[in-house]
Amino acid sequence: MKQLIQILLVTVLLSVITSGETNAQCKGFAKSLCKKELGAYLHDGNYHAAVLVEGEEAELYKTFYSDLEYRVAICAADGLPPVEFTVLDATGKMLYSNKESEMSGVWDFKLEASQQLKIIVKVTTFGTRNELPASGCVAIMFGFKTK
Amino acid sequence: MQLILGVTALLICLAATSCKGRTKGDGAKEKDENISADEQTMEQIKSAEKVFNALPTPLEVAQLIKEAGAKFDATLLNPVENKSNYTTSKSMALNLGIYVCDLSFASMYDETSLLVNYMESAEDMATGLGIIDAIDETTIEKLEQNINNRDVIMEIVSETFLNSQAYLEDDEQHAVAATIIAGGFIEGLYISTHMVDMKNFKGNKLVGTIADQKMSVDDLIRLLETYNDNTAIQELLGPIRELKTIFDKVERSTTPSATKYDDKTGVTEITGAALSEIKQDTFLAIKEKVGEIRNVYVK
Repeated sequence: MKQLIQILLVTVLLSVITSGETNAQCKGFAKSLCKKELGAYLHDGNYHAAVLVEGEEAELYKTFYSDLEYRVAICAADGLPPVEFTVLDATGKMLYSNKESEMSGVWDFKLEASQQLKIIVKVTTFGTRNELPASGCVAIMFGFKTK
Repeated sequence: MQLILGVTALLICLAATSCKGRTKGDGAKEKDENISADEQTMEQIKSAEKVFNALPTPLEVAQLIKEAGAKFDATLLNPVENKSNYTTSKSMALNLGIYVCDLSFASMYDETSLLVNYMESAEDMATGLGIIDAIDETTIEKLEQNINNRDVIMEIVSETFLNSQAYLEDDEQHAVAATIIAGGFIEGLYISTHMVDMKNFKGNKLVGTIADQKMSVDDLIRLLETYNDNTAIQELLGPIRELKTIFDKVERSTTPSATKYDDKTGVTEITGAALSEIKQDTFLAIKEKVGEIRNVYVK
């Protein structure tokens, strides 16, 4: 009985510690690594990052404006399989997929008219069975050009 | 036995908090006992998909307003003297967004004399909210040292907003993070609607930019509704839904999108025309409602 209690307590402590570390790593990862991918584009200040596992998807909705030129950067932590991302308009029409650009993590675009776009990010899978799926931080960042 | 029950309860609590973000398929799902474990895992992964609603940030709004050719007006900003009035978590979160927005405008328009005071006000709000390291003395010093370098200043403002958001999101304080975003968005809308010269309403580029915010108001409502169980968010949602009702009068027509890649610049243009029609009385109603919402929180 005493052993069971000890195991449960250790599990709880590990969960708390790991969760905190993962979050802190995600923030650090987004700031130090992903932001660099924006290059000369000014980061808009938004923070969208989460821990995703193999096969998991995240969706982001954002309105983009016709007067600005944007860069979207999608970054994944080491140890994750490649991340696919697609951009769709409000009708669901696909405007971009990084599968057509060798899984590039950045895409530069501008709009003739302001519109809401949907960005779908999907962590692919290594395809290995009987192993715990890989997980890690994935960040979505936006920058725009200033004049 | 009591200890085991306690530990089990703690484990359940941990499981619950780790699922706090907005997910798709939150509703109960009937389990099919015939599907394999792998399929069940995939079902669980799918149901845990994450959804983000991104709003234009203060820097983005400031850039849009500048692009539209509007002139800076310092009287539209929330005076820094008001900062001592904000003592609740909700008012500090809203005014952190508001002060960062004012800071963004000041930096975009090279109003260097205002920068340090507004950064200090934002710092006070962040400190009051317990946001560690978002803005500190080093940030203020860096700002002072680069006061005439707009690129560095905007980088600092961007970092300030990112740090605040990241700290709160990682600390599972999603509702506070959403409140800051709402504060910044309302301030941007307040400043932009008050910058419009009504004598030049027709064909005014800034009016068009404001009409386009119709989509962002929808984004804001979706974001806030995610945290509907939070009292401060509930209080915000009422007036913002009223604002949406007015924005719904903005008529928007679009033509299908297509893409055109420019080899020289590496930039893709998303083509497809859209027209936002806003009548003068609708614009004035938006301006009045935004002022009403904003003035409740900047007192």
